[in-house]
Amino acid sequence: MMLGTTPGGGLLAFALALPVLAMLLAFVAGGRQAGRIALAALLAGLVLSLAVATGVLRGGEALVLTLGGWAPPLGVALRADGISAVMLLTTSVVMVGTALFAFTSYSGDRGESRASLVFWTLLLGLWGAMNAVLLGNDLFNLYVALELLTFAAMPLVCLDGRAETLAAALRYLFFALLGSLLYLLGVALLYGAYGTLDIVLLSRLTRADAPTLVAAALMTAGLLAKTALFPLHLWLPGAHAGAPAAASAVLSALVVKAPFFLVLRLWFDVMPELATGLAPQILAGLGALAILFGSALALRQARLKLLVAYSTVAQIGYLFLMFPLAGAAGATLAGAWTGGMLQAVSHALAKAAMFLGAGLIAEALGHDRLRDLGGAARLLPMTVVAFGLGGLSLMGLPPSGGFVAKWLLLNAAIETQQWWWGLVLLSGGLLTGGYVFRVLSASMAGPAAAAVAVVSPGRQAVVLVLAILSVVLGLLPLASFGLVQIGRLAP
Amino acid sequence: MSTASAYGLLGAVLVGLGLYGVVLQAEPLRRILAFNLLGGGIFLLFGVMARRGAGAGFSGDPVPQAIVITGIVVAFAATALAVHLLLRLQVARDVPAPPEEPRA
Repeated sequence: MMLGTTPGGGLLAFALALPVLAMLLAFVAGGRQAGRIALAALLAGLVLSLAVATGVLRGGEALVLTLGGWAPPLGVALRADGISAVMLLTTSVVMVGTALFAFTSYSGDRGESRASLVFWTLLLGLWGAMNAVLLGNDLFNLYVALELLTFAAMPLVCLDGRAETLAAALRYLFFALLGSLLYLLGVALLYGAYGTLDIVLLSRLTRADAPTLVAAALMTAGLLAKTALFPLHLWLPGAHAGAPAAASAVLSALVVKAPFFLVLRLWFDVMPELATGLAPQILAGLGALAILFGSALALRQARLKLLVAYSTVAQIGYLFLMFPLAGAAGATLAGAWTGGMLQAVSHALAKAAMFLGAGLIAEALGHDRLRDLGGAARLLPMTVVAFGLGGLSLMGLPPSGGFVAKWLLLNAAIETQQWWWGLVLLSGGLLTGGYVFRVLSASMAGPAAAAVAVVSPGRQAVVLVLAILSVVLGLLPLASFGLVQIGRLAP
Repeated sequence: MSTASAYGLLGAVLVGLGLYGVVLQAEPLRRILAFNLLGGGIFLLFGVMARRGAGAGFSGDPVPQAIVITGIVVAFAATALAVHLLLRLQVARDVPAPPEEPRA
C-alpha cells in the first residue's frame, strides 16, 4: 500500500483548519460574538465529520492526505481510518451538545464578555487539538496535538479562578506534562531505531527488540498518565469535578479518550506484536482495578459532580479490557474491537449528558450535595431522566450502547477463555448500578425542591438528547458498526 | 567513546535528573524546572539521533533538528503556562476565597 492522497482526503485538512479559523475569528470578533461563531463552526464540523465517516464507509479504506503532496517518510500525512471517523463524529456530537448547553451561560451579555471569549476560544482550541489527535499519522505531530489538547483543557479546569480549582489544574498540568514527555522520549527512541515516525510505515518495520519495547513502555506509561488509568487517576476527580459543567462534559467525555486512542494506535497499529502475551493482561489488570476502585469510590462520594468524576475513572477501566480480548486470534478479535470502541462512544455521550445534568441540578438547587438532593426529580424531571438514561448505558443494561459494548467484551472474554475479565465486567456493572441508583433515589425523594435559579427547558432538552443518543446506539444493528474495522493496519 | 555516545549518555543523565525532580520534588517551581531538565535531555537524545542517522554523506539528519525546534517551542509554552498558573494560585491563596457558588 503506497501512501498517497485518497479521494476525499482533502476533507481532513478542513477538519484541522476549521477549528483554528473559528478560534481566530472569535478572537477578532470578541466575547459577544464568540458563542455564535463557535456554534456555527461546530455545526459545520458535524457535517464535515459525517462526510469523513461516509467517505471512509463508501471507500472501505482509510482517507489519507499527504500534506503538500510530500509522501512520508519525507512528508507528514493525515489519515482517517474507521476508528478516527467514529471518534471524529462523537467529538462533533458532544461538542455541539456542549455548545448548545453553554450558549446562554457564556453569551457575553451581562458584561461577562471576557469569560465568554475565554470559554469559547478554549473550546474551539480543544476541538482542533482533538481532531489533530484523531487524524494524525506522525508520532511527533501527535505529541504536539497532545500538548495542544492539554494547553486547551487545563485552563478550562480553572475557569472560575478559585484557589481549589487552580490547584487541581496545576496537578493536572504536571501529570499531563510528565505524560507527554515520557511519550516524547519513546518517540525519540523509535526515530533512532527506524528513522521514521509515520504510523503506516512503522507498522511494517517494527520488531520486538529492546529499544522498541522500551519506547513502547515509555509511551504507554505517559499516555496512561494522561488518560487517568488507575493508579495514575489521582488528578482526574478534582480537575473534572471542579470545572464548570460544560467544561467537565468535554473533559470527561472526550479529552481523556485522546490518549487512550493513541494507546490503541500504538498497540494495534504501530506494534501489533505487543498486543499478545503478558503486556495486554497487565493493561487490562489496571483497567479492572480502575473499574472496581473507581466505582467503589464513586459510591462513597458526598457530592454529585465528584461521583460522576469517579465514575469516569471506572469507565476508562472498561476501555482497557479490550487489549487482551481484541489481541487474541480469531473472530472474537473483531467483536472485542467493536465493543471497546462502542464503549468509548457510548461513555462519551452518556458522560457528557451526566455532567451537564449534574451542572443543571447544581444550578437549580444551588448545591450538588447528594444528601440534600431530594425533590430534584420533581423540579427537573427531564434532567433526572437523562441522568438515569446515561447511567443505564454506564451500567450496561439493555437496550443501551453501553450494553452492546459490554456484551461484546463479555462475549469475547468467554470465547477466548479469559473468564476473569467477564467477572470484572459483571461486578463493575453492579457497582455502577449502585451509585446511579443512589443519585436517582436521592433526587426522587420528597416534594419538589426550592429552586434558586430557573433552568431553561432548552438546556434540559440538550442533556436529554445526548443521553438518548447513548441509549439509541444500542438499538442499531451490529453490522452498522463495521465502520470501526475499516483501515486497520494489522488484521 | 564516540562523541555521539558521550552526548547520548549526557542526555540520559539529564532525563534521569529530570524524572527524579518531577516525581520527588514537592515544590512546584522546582518541578517545573525539572520538567525543563527532562525536556532538555530528550532534545539532546534527538540531537544524537540526528548525528547517528546521517548515513547518506550529510553531516546530520535534519528531521530530528526540526523536531527539537518544535519541541523547544512547546516546552517554552508549557513552562510559561505552568509558571503563570503557579502565580495565579499564589494570588488566589493570599486573598480569602469568595463563598462557593456552583456554576453551570
